[in-house]
Amino acid sequence: MAFVAIADRDHEQEHHDPHTFVSKYIWSQDHKVIAIQYGGTAVLVGLVALVLSGMMRLQLAFPDYFSFIRPNEYYQFVTMHGMIMVIYLLTALFLGGFGNYLIPLMCGARDMVFPYMNMLSFWAYLVSVIILMSSFFVPGGPTGAGWTLYPPGTILPGTPGSDMGILLMLLSLAVFIVAFTMGGLNYVTTVFQARCQGMTLMRMPLSIWGILTATVLGLLAFPALLVSAIMMIFDKTLGTSFFMPAVLSMGQALDHQGGSPILFQHLFWFFGHPEVYIVALPAFGIVSDLLSVHARKNIFGYRMMVWAIVGIGALSFVVWAHHMYVSGMNPYFGFFFATTTLIIAIPTAIKVYNWVLTLWQGNIRLNVPMLFSIGFIFTFVHGGLTGLFLGNVTVDLPLSDTYFVIGHFHMVMGVSPIMVLFGAIYHWLPKITGKMFNETLGKIHFWCTFLGTYAIYLPMHYLGILGVPRRYYAYGLSDFIPASAQSMNVGITIAALFVGVSQLLFIINIIWTLTKGKPAGSNPWEATTLEWLTPDTPPKHGNWGHNLPVVYRWAYAYSVPGAALDYITQTDPQKGGDIEEGDHGKH
Amino acid sequence: MALAVVIILLVIGSLLFHFLSPWWFTPVASNWSNIDSTVNITFWVTGVVFVLINLFLAYCVIRFRHTKERRAHYEPENKKLELWLIGITTIGVASMLAPGLFVWAKFVDVPADASVVEVLGRQWGWYFRYPGIDKQFGDTDVKHMSPANPFGLNPEDQAGQDDVLVYSSEMRLPVNQSVKILLRSTDVLHDFTVPQFRVKMDLVPGMVTYLWLTPTLTGEYEILCEELCGVAHYAMRSRVIVTEPDEFKSWLATQPTFAQTVTDGTGNAEQGGALYAVCAGCHGPEGKGNAAMNAPAIAGLDSWYVSAQLKNFKTGLRGTHQDDAYGKQMAQMAATLVNDAAIRDVAAHISTLAISPSEKTVSGDVDNGRSLYMTCASCHGKEGNGVWSIKAPRLNGLDDWYLVRQLHNFKNGLRGTHNSDAAGIQMARLAQILKSDQSINDVVAYIKTLK
Repeated sequence: MAFVAIADRDHEQEHHDPHTFVSKYIWSQDHKVIAIQYGGTAVLVGLVALVLSGMMRLQLAFPDYFSFIRPNEYYQFVTMHGMIMVIYLLTALFLGGFGNYLIPLMCGARDMVFPYMNMLSFWAYLVSVIILMSSFFVPGGPTGAGWTLYPPGTILPGTPGSDMGILLMLLSLAVFIVAFTMGGLNYVTTVFQARCQGMTLMRMPLSIWGILTATVLGLLAFPALLVSAIMMIFDKTLGTSFFMPAVLSMGQALDHQGGSPILFQHLFWFFGHPEVYIVALPAFGIVSDLLSVHARKNIFGYRMMVWAIVGIGALSFVVWAHHMYVSGMNPYFGFFFATTTLIIAIPTAIKVYNWVLTLWQGNIRLNVPMLFSIGFIFTFVHGGLTGLFLGNVTVDLPLSDTYFVIGHFHMVMGVSPIMVLFGAIYHWLPKITGKMFNETLGKIHFWCTFLGTYAIYLPMHYLGILGVPRRYYAYGLSDFIPASAQSMNVGITIAALFVGVSQLLFIINIIWTLTKGKPAGSNPWEATTLEWLTPDTPPKHGNWGHNLPVVYRWAYAYSVPGAALDYITQTDPQKGGDIEEGDHGKH
Repeated sequence: MALAVVIILLVIGSLLFHFLSPWWFTPVASNWSNIDSTVNITFWVTGVVFVLINLFLAYCVIRFRHTKERRAHYEPENKKLELWLIGITTIGVASMLAPGLFVWAKFVDVPADASVVEVLGRQWGWYFRYPGIDKQFGDTDVKHMSPANPFGLNPEDQAGQDDVLVYSSEMRLPVNQSVKILLRSTDVLHDFTVPQFRVKMDLVPGMVTYLWLTPTLTGEYEILCEELCGVAHYAMRSRVIVTEPDEFKSWLATQPTFAQTVTDGTGNAEQGGALYAVCAGCHGPEGKGNAAMNAPAIAGLDSWYVSAQLKNFKTGLRGTHQDDAYGKQMAQMAATLVNDAAIRDVAAHISTLAISPSEKTVSGDVDNGRSLYMTCASCHGKEGNGVWSIKAPRLNGLDDWYLVRQLHNFKNGLRGTHNSDAAGIQMARLAQILKSDQSINDVVAYIKTLK
């Protein structure tokens, strides 16, 4: 007999039900409340990172005007912008936010299997955010070593924040990893142990497959970052030499000897590359569901999609050194890592084909979540294809460390996951709040974000081909950088500020929804999956009232021939509409 | 519908941007034109995919818009179609990977006849070393590094005695000769990049990395650091000059060997004292300076800095701009020092003079200055004592009016403009962070408080 999660045991229900305001909304063990806490914190800290990027762009476009942005500050903005966006916004929002909200609801569970640990996960995350933000207020400010934190520079004078700033950064990362581990163990265990009757793995929505696989990647990859953070703290505070060779600093030979800066890079990217997929796989999963629901069509090639997610996840552990082609590592590594990296393009391409083929012969509703989903396909195709340049070792040589890289990873890891995040928030907002958002505002928000970001990042690729290096505070006079490139920089900055400000539309829309939104009803999109079938909207504590749902088919029974409606919910006991019917009977 | 039109327009717009925008590779100046070919192959393959997928996407959005009457097609899987797509994708990927690996195999295989040169990176500049007659480099170690031996060469190692050391910021290479460039760093990560050569590689402290190339076009190219190495990363630039082999040889002959730099030593302060009599006319017998004559205090300045500046004055790297009246005056005086030995001697003498506090003549906001100085401290040190390895001179003990004038000179292109004056160019770039006259006064007012 399967393990019954604490949250599923009826007699436990009484203890567990929150009574006071504090236990209901603050010190809460309800996965939906924790999801909102995670999501809200991530969005707030993301806004900080957005402002930082705006200041970087101001400096690059108008290098003579802003006297408060000096090289120290510029590199601190660069570093904090990158780290916040990757870890504290994207990872936290996809897994802590959507993972928490969707896993129990989509799997038909009452809650996560370890609700108390789930709660601790959020509070540890909050602590990590507070530690990170506090580094803005210590002497020397936050670290300016770049988000990759490469030693030896990171902990030596000459890099901003090389005393307090870097220690707070490393400490914050360590606490974040503790938070992630507590949450991650919960997500994996809940998916494997607490699915309702009939919810076989191959009937799960792809959102869950994406989140599950990403969480497994996180649990395997984050320890590499944790050990590198700990070793770097030792190098800094105890004078050990894990990453520190004998070096001269400020005219003095230091006591370090024998450490390897490249070892750190291997450890960092052993985490860092899977991290890309920790963000991308939930986006892949969620966008698949959004496309299917709003195209009124089953996701095309479901099983291939599942295997592609799992395959990409596995491959993501053997490609890390493609970030290090010009790091000075043994150049023969280039052959292996270029090959594995380009192989990963194949399952990724399959996913793109299947998204487009899902739209083909569909019945497409061009509402706000669908706009963002199609926006995702466009931006992801762009970002994915430029990845084939950088992943292929020779092609990477002239482009590495230039603006081409900035353009690439912002398209593939910035814009496209954020397209999915916005699409997903608009998609599930009616369930989370019980109210419908403002469609017009949502569409304007989409157009500003979609067109604006392309105007930012497309030209960056060409600046990179020209050879304009990244992480430069100012370019000044240079032989090969023409004045037209500086004009383009001004244009990019204007687009960036426009996109930044237009995000206010999103916040206004959230407030509008909460105050003026019309009741959305239980299942406004006519979707098939369990989260739309809760007895209450928003779902109450325990999610399902008295009886847990029972599942009869996969999550994509849209437009099944012969059915009365163009969708059959997963809990509808009528015959037909299951992917497994054709080959080996029913479970 | 609007969405489909926009997607089509974005595809057309991206193609137009690609073909019409003025930003493309610089003309290749090395043997690595085949790297450009791999980039072009990748552009063609990915470009076709980009156009096809997005046009298909736009077609679907137009053709399959929602209507109440219609139902979507129900087809969970289509194995045949999926296998076809996998097959075609695999071919596409292979067509990019194969040329990439083919060229990479050349990159990892250094030609046997390649000559060798070493690029030494430091915060935030470059030195260069050539192996000399024995074609062998001498040993190096961080513990040997000093103002007189910034390369850290082992004085005991015979192989290093004839190593040719290039202290100026310019590296030279003979055209059409393969060269293996060894890369070494004294402090943090750097990256040796010349956009026109296409290849680049990190410098990693504690190890020697390399790349190789054959320069194919004579000319001057910019060397850039492309691995974030701290506050002045963006100002860590230099030049490589590709010349005809004969010209290269005669240039190399003018550069000192390690043995020569050891013999030359650091200068004789006693002999310098006699030479200093000329300087004393303006700078005063104790080097305290004379504001009325626009002669700054120079007492206690490090000899390596004074030597470098006297050479700059003498060889036209400093004090040549028409608006730099006092610099031009100093250039004439520096010309009276007959040779390098005289320069070293007088510099040695100046470094022995005692620093005495000078009058405060500049008023500024010290608190704002302290915050501005955080950037300056990265090179000049927290107390303004200077850091030889960064080529950053002492600032404390200098006259505040002199600092203000020099910051203006740097900012306005009166100093630090000559291509061979890397340290000056770097300071000129960094002076730009003082975005107003007031901020210059503020930071100088703070420097004046340093002891």
